[in-house]
Amino acid sequence: MDMIFGVPAPLLFGQLVLGLINGAFYAMLSLGLAVIFGLLNIINFTHGAQFMMGAFVAWMLLTYLGIGYWWALLIAPVVVGLSGIVIERLFISRLYKLDHLYGLLLTFGLGLIIEGTFRNLYGSSGLPYRIPPELTGAWDLGFMFLPVYRGWVVIVALLVCLATWLVIEKTPLGATLRAATENAALVQAFGINVPRLVTLTYGAGVGLAALAGVLAAPIYSVNPQMGANFIITVFAVVVIGGMGSILGSIVTGFVLGVVEGLTRVFYPELSSTVVFIIMAIVLLTRPAGLFGRA
Amino acid sequence: MPEPMLKLEGLEAWYGESHVLHGVGLEVREGEVVTLLGRNGAGKTTTLRAIMGLVPRRQGSIRFEGRELIGARSDAIARAGIAYCPEERGIFASLNVTENLFLPPVIRAGGMTVPEIHALFPNLKERARSPGAKLSGGEQQMLAIGRILRTGARLLLLDEPSEGLAPVIVQQIGRTIRELKARGFTVLLVEQNFRFAQTVADRHYVMEHGRVVEMVANADLAAAMDRLHEYLGV
Repeated sequence: MDMIFGVPAPLLFGQLVLGLINGAFYAMLSLGLAVIFGLLNIINFTHGAQFMMGAFVAWMLLTYLGIGYWWALLIAPVVVGLSGIVIERLFISRLYKLDHLYGLLLTFGLGLIIEGTFRNLYGSSGLPYRIPPELTGAWDLGFMFLPVYRGWVVIVALLVCLATWLVIEKTPLGATLRAATENAALVQAFGINVPRLVTLTYGAGVGLAALAGVLAAPIYSVNPQMGANFIITVFAVVVIGGMGSILGSIVTGFVLGVVEGLTRVFYPELSSTVVFIIMAIVLLTRPAGLFGRA
Repeated sequence: MPEPMLKLEGLEAWYGESHVLHGVGLEVREGEVVTLLGRNGAGKTTTLRAIMGLVPRRQGSIRFEGRELIGARSDAIARAGIAYCPEERGIFASLNVTENLFLPPVIRAGGMTVPEIHALFPNLKERARSPGAKLSGGEQQMLAIGRILRTGARLLLLDEPSEGLAPVIVQQIGRTIRELKARGFTVLLVEQNFRFAQTVADRHYVMEHGRVVEMVANADLAAAMDRLHEYLGV
């Protein structure tokens, strides 16, 4: 058997792919958090629950309405995004003039309520969601077999991240968003309806979380805890990348997923903590994050 | 006589507990360039910010083209046809010059075209791709004025456009304001630079302690000089 750095090649590549998959979810989730934080100045602790809702909406569409994976990719983000818009209008919009802490507490509480509600309705053992038939099977890459669905997730995540980045950096809408992030009052004094922009941005960030949830549904079982498991690491990613940095959250998400995977190969005991060790080091040396502006 | 384009009556404004404007009254007629003179803290900047709806609490009356704007949100005020160039210039650091230029939406027809703005400020054309953060103070000021000329707004509120700039740039800004007047724009200008103000304005309002205390036509300025020196402490 081929060995790389004293490790069987299939094990190494297997963990590398697993790391890339996790990294894809880290990147998509932290991207949504970054967009929301940039404009709303709210650390959206409901994000994990909204990721979970995306997976559940996909499951419900299939189970109750017979609507499959491909439509779910479209419908679930819209549905969950709309629920985010309602939450922003009803609750979050009341907090903009207050300290960060209130937004954090509110969204954390909302996350708990949403997760508790789903646990109450569907239990916590997890519901199966099958990989769509078009994406089953595996590619033989020569050095390893890559399950098609996992490759698909990485590609979609990369495309979604790239598209989001392009919209924010290269379009007039993105320029307006960046300007509003810098000085919302002045942007509004130019005649732009900033409160509506804020609401739609929150909806879009939440929709991004839900899209990640749909992608995750066939990989992890659909259960109320699936977001909570991810989100702690995602917050570490956001801190490492730099609060509100779009590019930072994408790059950091993928890289940390891979770092985690490699740690699982070379020093498994550390694999669940490595991200937090990196976070501590970054906080000590570059408090604004690797890509953040101080 | 037709109603003035902008008419403030009894305008009061607060920042938190502090009462900053105590009943400002003034008028700006269409096509005029009018300045607000006064010492630091007299309430000039706050008057502009209050017109734009950028102070947390205000009362009184702000009539613009016959419409009452005292209760309007700042985006609605901008869409009514008032454009604002803030004292700190408000250039967005993460946007390049072109993005900054196109940021304010066009609110009605009749704004200047981008080639016209570039003709007015050639630097903006040369530096089209530069990030806002990399501009000199003069370039920032040109961009801050240039970007509000596209929108079709007919009343421009300019807060100390000459502040902190080299004399040659101040002259260019002065030429620009006269050019804007010739094109039919109406300008309400906050200034501390008395000499600069008298080269561009038709009339001057003098502010003190959050009130307008005197109005002087530019032609009568020489006669009023002694009193103005007292107000302005220059």
